[in-house]
Amino acid sequence: MLSRVADSIFWMARYVERAENLARFIDVTLNLQIDTPGSAGAQWEPLVRATGDEEKFKERYGQFDERNVIRFLTFDRDNPNSIVAILRAARENARSIRETISSETWEQLNAFYHFVRDAADTEEVRESPGDFFLEVKHYSHLLNGVTDSTMSHNEGWHFSNMGRLLERADKTSRILDVKYFTLLPRVEDVGSPVDDLQWSAVLRSVSGFEMYRKRYHGITVERIVEFLILDREFPRAIQYCLTEADESLHKISGTPVGTFDNPAEQRLGRLRAELAFCDVKSIINQGLHEFVDSLQTQLNQIGEGIVDTFIDPQSAA
Amino acid sequence: MSSTLSFRGYQAESFYDEFFDGTGQPKSEAKILIDQINALPDYELQTRQEAIERALMRMGITFAVYGDQAGNEKIFPFDIVPRIISSIEWAHIEAGLKQRIKALNLFIDDIYHDQQILNDEIVPRNLLEDAASYRPECHGLNPPRGVWCHITGTDLIRHSDGAIYVLEDNLRCPSGVSYVLQNRQVMKRSFPQIFSETKVRPVIDYPIRLYETLCSLAPETSDPTVVVLTPGIYNSAYYEHSFLAQQMGVELVEGSDLAVRDGFVFMRTTRGYKRVHVIYRRIDDDFIDPQCFRKDSVLGVPGLMDAYRNGRVALANAPGTGVADDKVIYAFVPDMIRYYLDEEAILPNVKTYVCQREDDRKFVLDNIGDLVVKAANESGGYGMLVGPHSTKKEQAEFSRLVQENPRNYIAQPTLSLSRVPTVVDDHFEGRHVDLRPYVLYGEELWVLPGGLTRVALKKGSLVVNSSQGGGSKDTWVIAGNESQLQTQSQSEEE
Repeated sequence: MLSRVADSIFWMARYVERAENLARFIDVTLNLQIDTPGSAGAQWEPLVRATGDEEKFKERYGQFDERNVIRFLTFDRDNPNSIVAILRAARENARSIRETISSETWEQLNAFYHFVRDAADTEEVRESPGDFFLEVKHYSHLLNGVTDSTMSHNEGWHFSNMGRLLERADKTSRILDVKYFTLLPRVEDVGSPVDDLQWSAVLRSVSGFEMYRKRYHGITVERIVEFLILDREFPRAIQYCLTEADESLHKISGTPVGTFDNPAEQRLGRLRAELAFCDVKSIINQGLHEFVDSLQTQLNQIGEGIVDTFIDPQSAA
Repeated sequence: MSSTLSFRGYQAESFYDEFFDGTGQPKSEAKILIDQINALPDYELQTRQEAIERALMRMGITFAVYGDQAGNEKIFPFDIVPRIISSIEWAHIEAGLKQRIKALNLFIDDIYHDQQILNDEIVPRNLLEDAASYRPECHGLNPPRGVWCHITGTDLIRHSDGAIYVLEDNLRCPSGVSYVLQNRQVMKRSFPQIFSETKVRPVIDYPIRLYETLCSLAPETSDPTVVVLTPGIYNSAYYEHSFLAQQMGVELVEGSDLAVRDGFVFMRTTRGYKRVHVIYRRIDDDFIDPQCFRKDSVLGVPGLMDAYRNGRVALANAPGTGVADDKVIYAFVPDMIRYYLDEEAILPNVKTYVCQREDDRKFVLDNIGDLVVKAANESGGYGMLVGPHSTKKEQAEFSRLVQENPRNYIAQPTLSLSRVPTVVDDHFEGRHVDLRPYVLYGEELWVLPGGLTRVALKKGSLVVNSSQGGGSKDTWVIAGNESQLQTQSQSEEE
């Protein structure tokens, strides 16, 4: 397929996944706020900090409160990292490859974008933001389902799938990183009731609460970290995402899984091997933050490898 | 206020109406539809119209509103009442279009080779050489079978005398055919029964016919790679480019996706370079190759023209066809038909005064307040004076322009376009329409039965352009016999 088309479909999927994850971030913060009434303001600042747009927020809004942060991260067209701006980018990408994706995928993404755009500044969102973010997740799930069941699982679909899963791996690692920091400020808090409440909110934010319970029952930080990074069956766990992304990558190139023929396959294969043969203890000993940092660097390098291999080989030469 | 949309009380007024004759009686081809609409329950038609508008929005069949930072998009307004054309009238239009395109194609082939029509002084040499869309770079090109204009869209109007006239030829990159197909799709969903009863000829064949036309141009292979070349998503016709590529199942490429290497054209794919044989280009001549035409073009492909000249790639339409869109050259099409085909034009031109001719110029200057004056190389309603709607100052300005550069101007009488009933709030009113049928020219000529009916939605307006309050309607050509109701795939099965 055309390199430009592959690039667009990859990014279309990444952007949609990114928008969904941002909705999840906000939703978990809303839940935490409800569960811990005293700490209202304190939850919102780290959320903006995690997006890296803290300065821009301070300039334009000042106060870190629910209303301002939701506005900034969801509906602000001048913030390129807001949900509406990300979806717009996804839609622009889709628009440039309408002949490659199915009409159903296009129409669903179009409806998704219009839903978020039209919800800006409405009473409904102010009254019950939780319902709104739930709806955003539904739209994203619907889009994934429509794409999976209306598009041939050909090269284009594999690029989309790879984009979606690499983005998801990145975002799961980020939510873990941010929450690990804010949730574990002092060692003596570990195991306290507040901690349980907050960590179950983290699990809920990745729709992982029930699946975690089935697997582990009791909540401990170590098991949560293990579940979100190393689980091989939970679809938002990093290991799961990377395994599936690797599958798609090899479907695209035709190289057998477990071998490599280009930098993207080499780097993703190495990262997969690292995760496959590591345990949660070594991650915690190394430091979760350091682990996540290294993971994100490697994910970026995989992205560059994809560009150099399929999208713009000349620039690599 | 009446809640039922019906034709009771509809006034054709003094205009030629496509549904009702001069005595107010429905025409035979429109009668079934009129009766059906009259029999619909209250609000039904409005409900269906609204459902169609929602469907168009959901399908994203929109055009961007330039200059709107909020990223708002509008649907191309659509009116639910179709234009209907009888089978006899359509046979006349079809024959006229085939004749005209054939002659225009012979003209283009001639002027880029021996120029006999200039040597015989049928078309004045200076008119051709001064045409801004004339491309001397195209001399000696030999497209397959001598066909240059593979895809055309000819603008037709019906005057108050009831006759169909040709208003304009579009031999570059005529757009709008995607709306023809989408309009039909939404109409079929809304009125399934009426379609089977009225015997409307299908339009769904267009993409496959287009694909076959393009394949027929391919050099050296029976299994060609065809692509559609677009300027990109910010072009106002982008939706159409992507739609046609999707319907044909071919790649939609931008200039940067293509490269010329060793004299052949390739596209950049995830598996390296892949040879391209046929390019349906929706980019004007000026921009397709910065080495040959405009040096500052970033939309095109350097070296493309050399590859084309050497027969390594086919372009549709061929470069150089735009000269036939020149409004002064237009005036000579009936002469071309006589010259090349030895026939009289089946579809007449609108009476046209060529300002370069002294008698014509004098007439134009004396009657400028009654005429429509047009610049030769402008389109989309620009560079135009509509005499009866103009001020003395504007008339004086155009008189000056005509005298300074007579070559560049023509004038025509102010026409009265026919009307079709159109939904206006809770009732029907007549609105003026034109018609753009599409003609494909591969191994033979084929005319899509129907075309784009554009409608001026503002009361009294004659301007059908979408940028100025125009919309569109479905166009129904009634079948003359059963075989005309079959699609290509159906007839192949038999």
